Amino acid sequence: MNIHEYQAKEIFREYGVPVPRGEVAFSGPEAKEIAQKLGGDLWVVKAQIHAGGRGKAGGVKLAKSPEEVEKIAEEMLGMTLVTHQTGPEGKKVEKVYIEEGADIQKEYYLGMVLDRSSEMPVMMASTEGGMEIEEVAAKNPEKIIKVAIDPTIGFQGFHGRKLAFGLGLSKEEIRPFIQFAEALYKVYMDKDANLIEINPLIKTGDGKFLALDAKMGFDDNALFRHPDIHEMRDLSEEDPVEHEAEKYGLSYVNLDGNVGCMVNGAGLAMATMDIIKYEGGEPANFLDVGGGASAETVAKGFELILQDENVKSIFVNIFGGIVRCDRIANGILQATKQVEVNVPVVVRLDGTNAEEAAEILKNANIPNIIPATDLADGAKKAVAAAKGELQ
Amino acid sequence: MSILVHKDTKVIVQGFTGKEGTFHSQQCIDYGTKIVGGVTPGKGGQTHLDRPVFNTVKEAVDATGATVSMIFVPPAFTADAVMEAADAGIDLAVIITEGAPVKDMMYAKMYATKKGMKTIGPNCPGIITAEECKIGIMPGFIFKKGPVGLISKSGTLTYEASNQVVKEGLGITTAVGIGGDPIIGLSYKQLLPLFEADPETEAIVMIGEIGGTLEIEAAEFIKQNITKPVVAFIAGQTAPKGKRMGHAGAIISGGQGTAQEKMEALRNAGVHVVESPADIGKTVAHVLGKK
Ligand SMILES: Nc1ncnc2c1ncn2[C@@H]1O[C@H](COP(=O)(O)OP(=O)(O)O)[C@@H](O)[C@H]1O
Ligand SMILES: [Mg+2]
Repeated sequence: MNIHEYQAKEIFREYGVPVPRGEVAFSGPEAKEIAQKLGGDLWVVKAQIHAGGRGKAGGVKLAKSPEEVEKIAEEMLGMTLVTHQTGPEGKKVEKVYIEEGADIQKEYYLGMVLDRSSEMPVMMASTEGGMEIEEVAAKNPEKIIKVAIDPTIGFQGFHGRKLAFGLGLSKEEIRPFIQFAEALYKVYMDKDANLIEINPLIKTGDGKFLALDAKMGFDDNALFRHPDIHEMRDLSEEDPVEHEAEKYGLSYVNLDGNVGCMVNGAGLAMATMDIIKYEGGEPANFLDVGGGASAETVAKGFELILQDENVKSIFVNIFGGIVRCDRIANGILQATKQVEVNVPVVVRLDGTNAEEAAEILKNANIPNIIPATDLADGAKKAVAAAKGELQ
Repeated sequence: MSILVHKDTKVIVQGFTGKEGTFHSQQCIDYGTKIVGGVTPGKGGQTHLDRPVFNTVKEAVDATGATVSMIFVPPAFTADAVMEAADAGIDLAVIITEGAPVKDMMYAKMYATKKGMKTIGPNCPGIITAEECKIGIMPGFIFKKGPVGLISKSGTLTYEASNQVVKEGLGITTAVGIGGDPIIGLSYKQLLPLFEADPETEAIVMIGEIGGTLEIEAAEFIKQNITKPVVAFIAGQTAPKGKRMGHAGAIISGGQGTAQEKMEALRNAGVHVVESPADIGKTVAHVLGKK
């Protein structure tokens, strides 16, 4: 789960990670009021969407008066912001963050992720603030300083020094930087984050470090012990069909193709997408209906897949293990009675009692249900059906 | 022969009396696995599935001599259970539970390593030595005995691969489902040398997926150390970037962990990489000269 910049900054404040003062606004007048309350003579209006690259796309704007803050906020609210991270469809701006303008002397990058090979959190810093870390990693990997932090010893001075000296900080800057990094480590661990990005981290004219941007992601499996963070979830940032699937314990991801897929197990579901492509088609989705594949989950699966108007055929690919194929076959038949399925459905059932299952499907004699004998046969038939080349 | 577990391996179950624990323990017993008891705190002294229940892993180990624990406890308590097993001197913990927090597993694995306990999973189907010992939730009958070792991140894809291998008239020595979480126990790199050393294993199938670098590390290792033929399939060639595909660890982040880069690394290590998941069995038969 990801959160907005303003929410991440709230958490940062709580942990003593320095951030500029600011508040979220939902309307122009509210934005103006916040600007007046913050005082000063320079403000920044920032579109709150779950994507970076807002600056270059017109989603971060400076204002010199509270009136200008109001004007910019009004323009930004309701607009669709397209950044290189949103995809071409962009994201609608529903809230803006009003923040005091900072005196930027230098921009850095500071981030944390789980390093899956050392199996520890790693903190990364770079002098290339404002640039995408992936880009720096590709072009100037030597400019990224990384320290893996063994959680059994926690954040130590030497971790901080390695980063600080690597960034070429001066003697006076080292202490405040290390304090900043240590507080950030605590946020990451305490909140079960799986990603923190501060891009840019800035040094101000008076030698302070401030998080000017803040991106945070969390381990979904740990949300049960962070109700405060769970509450920060913004459903308008998520694909409604993916969310609907989640409510039923299914895992769905929408793709661009026209062959719908319904599979049990995440690995087999990915493999099914791959084989559709291999056989000359394009998968319309990833869908894992779980081990059970009961009539209810299959029916829900059909509903989810058919919300995508591009879908021209559906490939149901189930490997029946402990749940027997004959039961799954009956479930599929029942599901087609609950949901109107108006495209060809290729069904491949393998595993326990596969022959009985084939018999059941054959005897049901439903014209748009096409049995397949194995994975390759199923994929070929589903691709042909989507192209209108079957029968 | 086989790797890690065989017909005489003594197994206890943590989370023995729960719904999942009960169902799958019974399935394992029916398969022939020597389940010698279980642990459910507060139910010590009772009998479940004709086997003794203990309050602690230590008591269970002392009374039964078990060396392996199969773990079914809920996600919030999984790490605790793993660490208890390590503390009690268990050799191998097979963690079936799906949904354990990454941070918990990070600590649990560090402690297990310190205590010399191997782990498999979490979020995995378990391990099976064909026709001898099943420790997990996989449908046992798919795994007929034969010359192929199998290592896989995915459950149903393990069944699919085994089924294809069996349809070619071959079979499995041991199949290990290593799980699809960001932090897992034994992985390709630790399991490959075990299969290399197992006289009955003649070929190895490895099934990977997008996310992380385990398959890349495996490729390096294979190049240096493995002489037996390896057939690989990597799921997620068509997966979009930045999207989690079902498994917590199956995500291409920052452009890293794509199927393509893993396939290329494996090919460069001399592995027989199949593009279509339907070609796993055929390719194994081919490399073993059976076709
Ligand atoms: N409070 C602020 N004061 C001054 N400049 C800012 C402030 N917030 C952002 N900026 C400027 O806008 C740029 C983009 O903002 P940022 O929050 O990083 O959004 P994004 O990463 O989405 O482009 C920053 O690199 C910085 O130069
Ligand atoms: Mg930024």
